[in-house]
Amino acid sequence: MAVATPTTVRDTASIAESLRRKRDVKGVAFQAMMFLSLVITLGVLVVLLFTVISDGWPVLSQRLGGFLTSTLRPDAVDAGVVQGLKGTFYLCAIVAIVAFPLGIAAAIYMEEYAPQNWLTSFIQLNIRNLAGVPSVVYGILGLTIFVKGWGISSITGGSSPLAGGLTLSALVLPVVIITAQEAIRATPQALREAGFGVGATKWEVIKDHILPYAAPGILTGTLLSIARAAGEAAPLLLIGTISGIITRSAPWYDVTQVQDRFTAMPTLITSWAVQPDTGFSVENAAAAIVILIFFVILLNSAAIMLRNRFESKRSG
Amino acid sequence: MNDETNHDAQKQVDEMDAVQANRPTVATVATENSIEPDHPVVLSMRNLSVYYGTFRAVRDVDMDIRENEITAMIGPSGCGKSTVLRSINRMNDLIPTARVEGDLRFHGLDLYDSKVDPVEVRRRIGMVFQKPNPFPKSIYDNITYGPRIAGTPKENFDEIVETSLKRAALWDEVKDRLSESALGMSGGQQQRLCIARAIATNPDVLLMDEPCSALDPIATGMIEDLMQEIKSNYTIVIVTHNMQQAARVSDRTAFFTAQIDSENDRRTGLLVEFDRTEKIFSNPADERTENYVTGRFG
Repeated sequence: MAVATPTTVRDTASIAESLRRKRDVKGVAFQAMMFLSLVITLGVLVVLLFTVISDGWPVLSQRLGGFLTSTLRPDAVDAGVVQGLKGTFYLCAIVAIVAFPLGIAAAIYMEEYAPQNWLTSFIQLNIRNLAGVPSVVYGILGLTIFVKGWGISSITGGSSPLAGGLTLSALVLPVVIITAQEAIRATPQALREAGFGVGATKWEVIKDHILPYAAPGILTGTLLSIARAAGEAAPLLLIGTISGIITRSAPWYDVTQVQDRFTAMPTLITSWAVQPDTGFSVENAAAAIVILIFFVILLNSAAIMLRNRFESKRSG
Repeated sequence: MNDETNHDAQKQVDEMDAVQANRPTVATVATENSIEPDHPVVLSMRNLSVYYGTFRAVRDVDMDIRENEITAMIGPSGCGKSTVLRSINRMNDLIPTARVEGDLRFHGLDLYDSKVDPVEVRRRIGMVFQKPNPFPKSIYDNITYGPRIAGTPKENFDEIVETSLKRAALWDEVKDRLSESALGMSGGQQQRLCIARAIATNPDVLLMDEPCSALDPIATGMIEDLMQEIKSNYTIVIVTHNMQQAARVSDRTAFFTAQIDSENDRRTGLLVEFDRTEKIFSNPADERTENYVTGRFG
């Protein structure tokens, strides 16, 4: 007995030593680095928002209503963004009408119908490459085809929201196709088999099971690409949006203005920002940026809300 | 035996006959069984092979599947039983490289004739899958989906839902929540719903691909009872990994095994033996079958 006791004590000590919590220096350092990255990212965003809001504050606080409803004017204190908002609204509408059906249809074809051969892989590779092409290049494409293209220019009316919307559609199409493809691919095989198993045709399986299942993913991707289209300036500058005065100011609902000369929020901000008058380059430009950011946040929130609604429906 | 006892016994039998007008007595069943002709053949396979590209997954399958019987396919993994099952309702068509060689006839008609529409085949030959896979819709919509795409008038839907759920022994559990999502049910209920969905299109044949592998013993027992209940209306083919299940539920059993192909060193499945279930489990003709059913390999 006397021998047993010390043995037990020594063993307990060594076990306690092996179990003792050791300081995980690398782990803590890593966690700190991650946190720092988050702080930097969010910090930049906060500084940015603070700067634009404070720069635009005179406009936002004193004449927001007038700023939202008045047109491009020579004097900074009178000028407003209504034409830019109209332009951006029509651009987004055209992207929604053109890019979504085309992109989703292309994605369905690529995922469900295309034969598995070198041509399909080649097309797939190029869709991915197109998603990485700089937006300026799309501007050149828009200028050549949609603004000056023989026959097409008479439909678009030259540098118009229609030409711009088609250009932006081409810009976002690869991303719409890729996100829709990924959503379609994520549909469980068991769900397809269930559909085929009760005698559904391929189209019925796609329409009744695959698309409803993939809808949240498709929707998120497409709405986010609208938000991207709303913020693009470079392609619009190339196709020739107006930075001066627009003579005709049609009401919101007048669809014929898609063939008129136009401006949009990003190009309007760009042109104001380079003016010598700080009323334009600081106050008005910042206020317009705040409005554009608000617009984009609104779109993104809609995307998230719609996705959540669809997903809760999907999981019953 | 004296005459009186005999007479009494005869009287008793007569009384029973009077009560159970149409029911045959025990004695007549026994005689019928011994001389009973085989049920008509619904599906016949001759020299059936299934390929994935150039790879032959299963070869030389000769089987007759008979009406109102339960036919079980057993064998080790990778022996091609599911492949054969899926070729029956042309589910393998969904795999672009899959190809069937040999003869597969349904009521004497070649299922792989170019004039045959696989969609119609799947309506006549329903399928229940390994994992319960209800549509993410209501219980009601799960069952009516098949009839709806087949063009059945909406007026019949309520009746179809009730009949199918009753046959699948699920009606009493779900009749008050038909509009609720099928995904809220337990696994066993979901699998019975899948059976109800499969019989809602009124198929002749029901293919079941390891229908109980994702279920607990109680749910498995319910599915097995259900199979016995519905076999008078359908012809059932079941793939199972569970030999006891095959022995419990099936009338005939096909034993498959895998063999290394000398040509390309890959495993190809083949049918070893196909016979009445009692015979396969008590007195198999092939040594490989005996080794498998006695647990010596596999």
